[in-house]
Amino acid sequence: MSVLVVALVFLPVATALATWFAPARLSQNLSIVVGVASFAMALALLPRASHSTVTAGGLLRIDALSMVFLLAVTFLYATTAVFAKGYLAPGATANERLYGRRFYAGLNLFCWSLIMVPLVNGLALMWVAVEITTVISALLVAIDDTDGASEAAWKYVLLASLGLGIALFATIMMYYAGTAVFGASYSLSFSTLLSGAVHFHPDIVRFSFVLAVLGYGTKMGLFPVHTWLPDAHSEAPTPVSALLSGALLAVSFYAILRFFQIAVRTLGPTFPRDVLLVFGVATLLLAALYLLSQRDMKRLLAYSSVEHMGILAIGMSFGASIAVVGVLLQVLAHAAAKGTAFYGVGSVVRKFGTKDMSKIRGGVSALPWSGPMLVLAVLALSAMPPFGIFRSEFYIVEGGLSELHDVIVAIFVMLVIISFFGLSWFTTETMLSEAPVTVSPQVSGAVVVTRGEVSYWIVAAMAIGLVALVILGVHPPSSLMHLLDRAAAELGSVR
Amino acid sequence: MSSLPTTYDGVAAGLSLLVLLTEFAMLRAPLLRSQVRLYAFQSLVVTGLALYVAASKHVDELYVLAALSLLLKVVVVPSLILRLLRDADTDLAGSSVVGTASAILIALVVAAFGFFAVGSLHVNSSSLPTSSLAIACAIVLVAFVLIILRSDVVSQAIGFFSLENGVSVASLVVASGLPLIVDIAFLFDLLVAVVVFGVIMRVHHARNATLSTSDFDRLKG
Repeated sequence: MSVLVVALVFLPVATALATWFAPARLSQNLSIVVGVASFAMALALLPRASHSTVTAGGLLRIDALSMVFLLAVTFLYATTAVFAKGYLAPGATANERLYGRRFYAGLNLFCWSLIMVPLVNGLALMWVAVEITTVISALLVAIDDTDGASEAAWKYVLLASLGLGIALFATIMMYYAGTAVFGASYSLSFSTLLSGAVHFHPDIVRFSFVLAVLGYGTKMGLFPVHTWLPDAHSEAPTPVSALLSGALLAVSFYAILRFFQIAVRTLGPTFPRDVLLVFGVATLLLAALYLLSQRDMKRLLAYSSVEHMGILAIGMSFGASIAVVGVLLQVLAHAAAKGTAFYGVGSVVRKFGTKDMSKIRGGVSALPWSGPMLVLAVLALSAMPPFGIFRSEFYIVEGGLSELHDVIVAIFVMLVIISFFGLSWFTTETMLSEAPVTVSPQVSGAVVVTRGEVSYWIVAAMAIGLVALVILGVHPPSSLMHLLDRAAAELGSVR
Repeated sequence: MSSLPTTYDGVAAGLSLLVLLTEFAMLRAPLLRSQVRLYAFQSLVVTGLALYVAASKHVDELYVLAALSLLLKVVVVPSLILRLLRDADTDLAGSSVVGTASAILIALVVAAFGFFAVGSLHVNSSSLPTSSLAIACAIVLVAFVLIILRSDVVSQAIGFFSLENGVSVASLVVASGLPLIVDIAFLFDLLVAVVVFGVIMRVHHARNATLSTSDFDRLKG
């Protein structure tokens, strides 16, 4: 089993190196093969992780909680590689070829760093892994070399680095809290910390937890430190946007959960839950309002990510086991839904040559496959049945009601409905509207395009995402539900 | 609270205070070049603190850390940024939103807040200089003030690096036993971050022929 863990670490790095030297077409196919292989390896590790902890060499460790995030990341690795093949044609000129090499090396390296976050053992190494995701993704945001991209990359790298500076402070304070139990020198591994957490100094753990939520919350997109997020998501190449939204935000949430796990042991559940509740409600409120006023397709999806991160934080604050299971299911379903939605937007942007929603009309008739699938993905994001997010948000609401958080549940449902308005306005306006048939585009302002798909690789990536969403919504496999139950138990919620 | 402060406490707090004062000096430095030199000096003080903790607590690993931090933070990072500045041909830091005097006043208030907030944690440990921890918190907050008030990419990057110095001070005084591998990983990460900051700063300068952030207003809403 530990062979698989080590393979998960080395395969993506080797691929990143290989794609730097290999011809474009080979890079595309190699990334798909390695992405799919990573997901397969994660699936192979699933049964073990839902019963016990898999370790390799002390530095790598997989338990049920990290398994959930590993599944989300590797799933997006596989589908994004498929999507990228359709999105990025092999370059003809030397400049385009250089772009392709940079893009594929960066993409694989980014996926590697995202895989490392849930794999490494201990708060310190986790911080290092999250920092590596920042530096690689900042370069990927800047890769298009436009004014917007360089602005977005600067805001992103500065804000995320500052957030991680705070997170480093949190890590050091947690280490300090542990010195009372373990002496001056010990390792920050999860099992060590959890074993002694009951005896940590509560004030220091409280301080450390708030710093961690603020620090990692910057990368997760929690209000008020989310401001880099819409810029980076909208200016990055679309495959990178999908990974940022579905995987990067998720692994930052994972980092917060690791601190949560320790804080609950030291402080009891009330304080950590209250902190997440405050950040969660503020985040969801902001996202719901901003969703109503977006003109740029990718910014709209970015704010939808902020919305879902708020939902995750609120779900954790409910504390009931069913709500925590819902939160973890939402991590998986959001990865699939947001990935699929970004792939669809990538198709639309390639087709219409703009992200501006006022210029896009009749998307469904222009794109016979990816158009309707984008509509479905947006419905999935708005928590419509039969997709996975419906089930996960249902669990979260159920958990909230069972713990008698009636008022918060009511606010939650209201804000989710407002978000639904924002998202569905976008869909009807751009996708389900009448295509402009007039030959003079100046009249309507909309771009006129011919009917036909951009690439069937994009369609394939979207189809995989939708199938996964339906499986998660209609009948999640029992092994997966078992994993989620165990992960919820690891987080301190026992059914 | 009965134990008197020891020499160790005093020297550690003194060096931390010197780091904080350098942070204030950065806030008033109008030239980008002097800002980078102040950062190098600040890093030198942090290195000195590492050496002092290593010697008085007999943590041999910290000597390695001190050597690495000397090489990286005092030599490599400042010279990388100075090279960027030579190419960019810009001397003055982006004018701040408020004047120097007001900036210092704001920083004073913020630093005092950080100092007393940590003080109110009531960490009474006889083996650890808690005043240094409070000063470290003040350093981090003043670094934030620097980043918020300055409007050029170099000052903002330096602000981030000096924030990292503040966290280093905290880690030296409260977590000197942190495994060496972790410390090295932190430093390596800083180096990677510097390179990425440098790349993005160069891209920005190449596109806009300025280091100012004043035209960063295209993306909003």
